[in-house]
Amino acid sequence: MATFWFIVIAILWTGFMVLEGFDFGVGALHGIVGQDDTGRRQVLNTIGPVWDGNEVWLITAAAAMFAAFPGWYATAFSGLYLALVLVLIALILRGVAIEYRQKRDSARWRRGWSTALIASSLLLPLLIGIALADFGYGLPINANQEFVGSFWDLLPFYSVVTGIGFLAMALLHGAVFLSIKTDEGPQLRAARLARLVAPIAVVLVFVVVVWTHAAVGSGALLSIVELATLVAVLAAVWLVMAGSWGWAFLATAITIAGMVLNIFTDMYPNVMVSSLDAANNLTIHNTSSASYSLKVMTVVLVVIFPVVLIYQSWAYRVFRRRVSTEQEVTAP
Amino acid sequence: MSNVDLARIQFAMTSIYHFLFVPLTIGLSFLTALLQTSWHRKGRPEDLRLTKFFGTLLVINIAVGVVTGLVQEFQFGMNWSAYSRFVGAVFGAPLAMEGLAAFFLESVFLGLWIFGWNRLSKRVHLATIWAVAVGGALSAAFIMAANSWMQRPVGYKINPTTGRAQLTDIWAVLTNTVFVWAYIHVLLASVVTACTVMLGVSAWHLRRRNSPEVFGRSARLALIILIPATLFSLMIGSHLGVIETRYQPVKISAAEANWNTCGPCSFSLFQIGGGNNDQTPTKIIQIPHLLSLLSTDSWNGTVQGLNQLQAQYEQQYGPGNYVPNVFIQYWSMRVMAYGGALVFLFSLIGGLLLWRGRLGHTRWFLRLAVWIAPLPFLINIAGWMLTENGRQPWIVQGLQLTKEGVSPSVGTATIVTSIIVFFLLYGILAIVCTVLMTHYARKQLAPEPEPGAEPAAEPEFIY
Repeated sequence: MATFWFIVIAILWTGFMVLEGFDFGVGALHGIVGQDDTGRRQVLNTIGPVWDGNEVWLITAAAAMFAAFPGWYATAFSGLYLALVLVLIALILRGVAIEYRQKRDSARWRRGWSTALIASSLLLPLLIGIALADFGYGLPINANQEFVGSFWDLLPFYSVVTGIGFLAMALLHGAVFLSIKTDEGPQLRAARLARLVAPIAVVLVFVVVVWTHAAVGSGALLSIVELATLVAVLAAVWLVMAGSWGWAFLATAITIAGMVLNIFTDMYPNVMVSSLDAANNLTIHNTSSASYSLKVMTVVLVVIFPVVLIYQSWAYRVFRRRVSTEQEVTAP
Repeated sequence: MSNVDLARIQFAMTSIYHFLFVPLTIGLSFLTALLQTSWHRKGRPEDLRLTKFFGTLLVINIAVGVVTGLVQEFQFGMNWSAYSRFVGAVFGAPLAMEGLAAFFLESVFLGLWIFGWNRLSKRVHLATIWAVAVGGALSAAFIMAANSWMQRPVGYKINPTTGRAQLTDIWAVLTNTVFVWAYIHVLLASVVTACTVMLGVSAWHLRRRNSPEVFGRSARLALIILIPATLFSLMIGSHLGVIETRYQPVKISAAEANWNTCGPCSFSLFQIGGGNNDQTPTKIIQIPHLLSLLSTDSWNGTVQGLNQLQAQYEQQYGPGNYVPNVFIQYWSMRVMAYGGALVFLFSLIGGLLLWRGRLGHTRWFLRLAVWIAPLPFLINIAGWMLTENGRQPWIVQGLQLTKEGVSPSVGTATIVTSIIVFFLLYGILAIVCTVLMTHYARKQLAPEPEPGAEPAAEPEFIY
């Protein structure tokens, strides 16, 4: 039962990073890709209807950790305190920026929110990537499952590199998404950016995958998930260069999913590794709720989650059309 | 100041701030859905214009509500990790259900509603705003179930080996009497909040004769709902007091600064002085029997005194101070109750004017309606102060003390940093949101389309 909920949480984090991944990329790139105000609005309207629903994956992932593994939630959230303050600031600014940017017809107002949106969209995949990497890599955790380090202990070199890997992939993912969803100027610029970021991303993903295997995983050979991630990222680069955007999007989505899943599969059954003593590791067993809680939540999950997936996919279907500048011109 | 005090300040600050946006979101999504339903059924263009007008205010408000809600979810683990460890198995379950069952619904369908005006059929588009309203109300249900468990823990046992709370009966958690009544109270308070805002905004325009035939409709709708919602909210709140007296007698005795057991007990309208160090404040205008009636539902009911309760708790839980801040209790109760009564009186006057057909022309009432709009927000905050402060020194009534719930690994400097950061950020957001809200609330309605002309297409770019 605990293993089942570990998988559920891994899937929720994966869903969040894949879906919100392109929102981050779009947010970070909307200034360059959009260029002028009309272009920027065109770019933001590609994620406008769906970004908020994507963020709920994060809320649900955190709440599921709280309910299913209170010990994990407690140690992680109190240990990563200052990093989470930064994450929250960025999440707050980003959400408000997307919603408020067009609400006033003033160049200064819009420039201000654009800056906030770009900064927060760059910061979030980096910080969340670092946090996920920390879980597997290890943090100073004592025998009472309490974090005993400082802010700088949250930033081992491995985690920072992993964070940068997630950032690069979010940018690529976003650029590919925009290549599908926009036209004319923004589409050209997004495609150019995708081709620029792709080679950097592929190198970073290789480093991250191999390092994750070495630092967190076990065995000499890479796991199937790790291999799949490498294949996916190579495919992504190739498809980006070939300009096959639909397939490229699928490949970048699989790459990001693989990067998250690698961390979870490699650290299982640990949920947070202690760098002080392996005996202090948080595992699914010593942090989980009793089986009755897990059973209740499993019932709720099995009944409701499929419905959520259906209406969220339907929302994507409703807004599947390319967002074009021409429609803006014809509107009053 | 200890870490516990700082963590409490942070929680109070972020929760109060978050709850400025929540009730308006819940209430206004419901009212907007009603307006759109009316448009859908009767086809009057005024209703469509009102739907879009108040829908815009809803969207501006929801943006801040959603992002500050993230802070709420994270800070249990950040500042209250010992609490989270202790109760996660029980308290976390409703939060996880909230994410799955309510937040997805609210967020996905809000996106569909904002962007779906000319992508979805009218009927489906109408359904999306109802989904948003239902999602908001559902999320309140789960969070109130979790909160009510802290007020009156049920459906759990303490695991003897881990010493932590363990869920044994989810049904008991979801049918907790405190939860049922508190939830209805919160929903009604949300509707009251949204109605006063809608009425205030409409009144502002009516005084200036901006599209009076349109804003007259929204004023009427708000008023018709406001009267019963306020009445029921007062009645349910009063009944909630009786229930809380049963499970948290200290909370109610502190709200009356009732130090010694009495029966029948009188209720004081005001007092001078009073507090934890002053047991004999000067009580002004005492209404005999009212406290007995309010807290026990009987004319001569006995209400326990704080001194007696303190002695009883010391025996039960060991030495310690079990009396919350009496000053806060006494006055938050009165701000809530008097404010509620004032809103009810105001709504009755409005109802009378509406009945006589004078609502749109009574200028002093229209001016008053603008000024009364912020009052429910104050009442809501007072209500939460009463509830949460009244539970102190417990974080979970009878199970865990607040000081035992705080994160042991988080230092003072860290908490202070985050308090300052959130204070500044929330301050800026408050200004920005208020500026936008007033800007859009004062905006003229979009001109009515020419009769017979095709309705103007929605702009493709919403953002």
